[in-house]
Amino acid sequence: MSQTPVLRMESVRKTFGGSVVLRDVDLEVAPHTVTALIGASGSGKSTLLRCANLLEEIDDGAIWLDDEEITDPRADQDAVRRRIGVVFQAYNLFPHMTVSENITLAPRRVHGVARAEAEARARELLERLGLGGKADAYPDRLSGGQQQRVAIVRALAVRPRLLLLDEITAALDPELVGEVLTVVRDLKDEGMTMVLATHEMGFAREVADQVCFLEGGVVLERGTAEQVFGDPQQERTRRFLRRIVEAGRL
Amino acid sequence: MTVHKEELGSGEHEAADDYVPSPRRLDRERHKRARARRATAIGALSTLLTAVVLYLVVVNAPGWPRTKETFFDWGYAREAFPKVLEGLWLNVRLLLICGVAVLVLGMLIAVARTLRGPVFFPLRFLAAAYTDFFRGLPLIINLMIVVLGVPALRLQGVTVDPVLLGGTALTLTYSAYVAEVFRAGIESVHPSQRAAARSLGLNNRQALRYVVLPQAVRRQVPPLLNDLVSLQKDTGLVSIGGAVDAVRAADIIVGRSLNYTPYIVAGLVFVALTIPMTRFTDWVTARMDRRQAHGGAV
Repeated sequence: MSQTPVLRMESVRKTFGGSVVLRDVDLEVAPHTVTALIGASGSGKSTLLRCANLLEEIDDGAIWLDDEEITDPRADQDAVRRRIGVVFQAYNLFPHMTVSENITLAPRRVHGVARAEAEARARELLERLGLGGKADAYPDRLSGGQQQRVAIVRALAVRPRLLLLDEITAALDPELVGEVLTVVRDLKDEGMTMVLATHEMGFAREVADQVCFLEGGVVLERGTAEQVFGDPQQERTRRFLRRIVEAGRL
Repeated sequence: MTVHKEELGSGEHEAADDYVPSPRRLDRERHKRARARRATAIGALSTLLTAVVLYLVVVNAPGWPRTKETFFDWGYAREAFPKVLEGLWLNVRLLLICGVAVLVLGMLIAVARTLRGPVFFPLRFLAAAYTDFFRGLPLIINLMIVVLGVPALRLQGVTVDPVLLGGTALTLTYSAYVAEVFRAGIESVHPSQRAAARSLGLNNRQALRYVVLPQAVRRQVPPLLNDLVSLQKDTGLVSIGGAVDAVRAADIIVGRSLNYTPYIVAGLVFVALTIPMTRFTDWVTARMDRRQAHGGAV
């Protein structure tokens, strides 16, 4: 792919206290592609996403968003985050705001969109994600799947350049996982660039253009979904996938 | 995400780590240090400027020479200081004893107000009436009623000591405040926590004791401290019954000399007493937070 990557990481290193959580991580995410990060809990997937959004400060290495180095101390972190949407595992909706207020907060307060326009867009997105009529409900009144879809709408409302999805189905009931994954699938078809940390191997295999297997903070193996799932080169990748298959998750 | 040290330490990757900071990192750190230095310099400059402006405004006020004489007299300050300190010991004792009493009583009232079930209605009602009454009643009136009114009853076996009575009045008012702080804390704990505790088989009392209250109290530490600092200052009000505390000690000298410097001394001594207490609580809260949460960079 000759296009400038949307997100590029080079030799990223992150430590918490004495422990190294990410070690020499390189990553390139081309426009309109989906990258899936797989690996056991604690392998560094979430930390990688948090670093990409500057929620964690990296120790070494560099990260570029559209060719701008965002880890440069002179970079405007808020401006960077304005271009990245994040969906969290635990939804992180604001409980004191209605669905519509959750969604229009950033467009109105950060991007200066007029209230009517922001609400119209919120309604349109909600409609598309099957949540029409929920605009005035409070998050606690919704099911987990509905809350997570609202969180996706909230991230999309500012038309981000890149969407980071951090195990967005991990807290959901199995029958609710489908509705959220459908949304991600649709977003891919629309050309949204996404990086997702996931335990849904079947979904990763289906939707990802690039799959990275992390262990101990290192990207041990990367390739197309076909390569990583069909013909893993590393013994540890094979072992991980075998465990997943044994657990009936692939 | 949490990664435990042991997990990584035992992994094969740790041994392979021959990490050397890159020039990029070193450059970044140099930049950060430079920025920190600049921030310190700007801070120092603006502090100095503010101080100079304030000083000039005060010193050039038309009444400054006279104010200086009556409020900031070094001689009277030195005379008052040991007396005020001596009196302060009474305030400190009152604070410690009333503080403990207020916390215990406040907690009991708060818990009484959150009890469920019809049997507890009278208790709930009394607790609510108590907080309504004593939060509304001005402390100074409460003090006068208790400190001056109770001795006037000439009851057998009831103390007429202004310190004890003053302490009682303070406790009455402050436990009403503190009860409301605790109650707000109890109600701020998410119902799911109680649900989780009850589903483990804990009864209502145990759920409150082991799950709800510890979270409630921790959350309410800042407002509690606020009330304790306030209590500390208000211990000065027991002087209306004649007890010789820091304020009364200053008062005596002022009455004799007609110079107000002792009040300033007493005021500063109270402030000096408050600051370490605030810092200590901040430190304790920060340490608790560090142990529980993982903040991140924002």
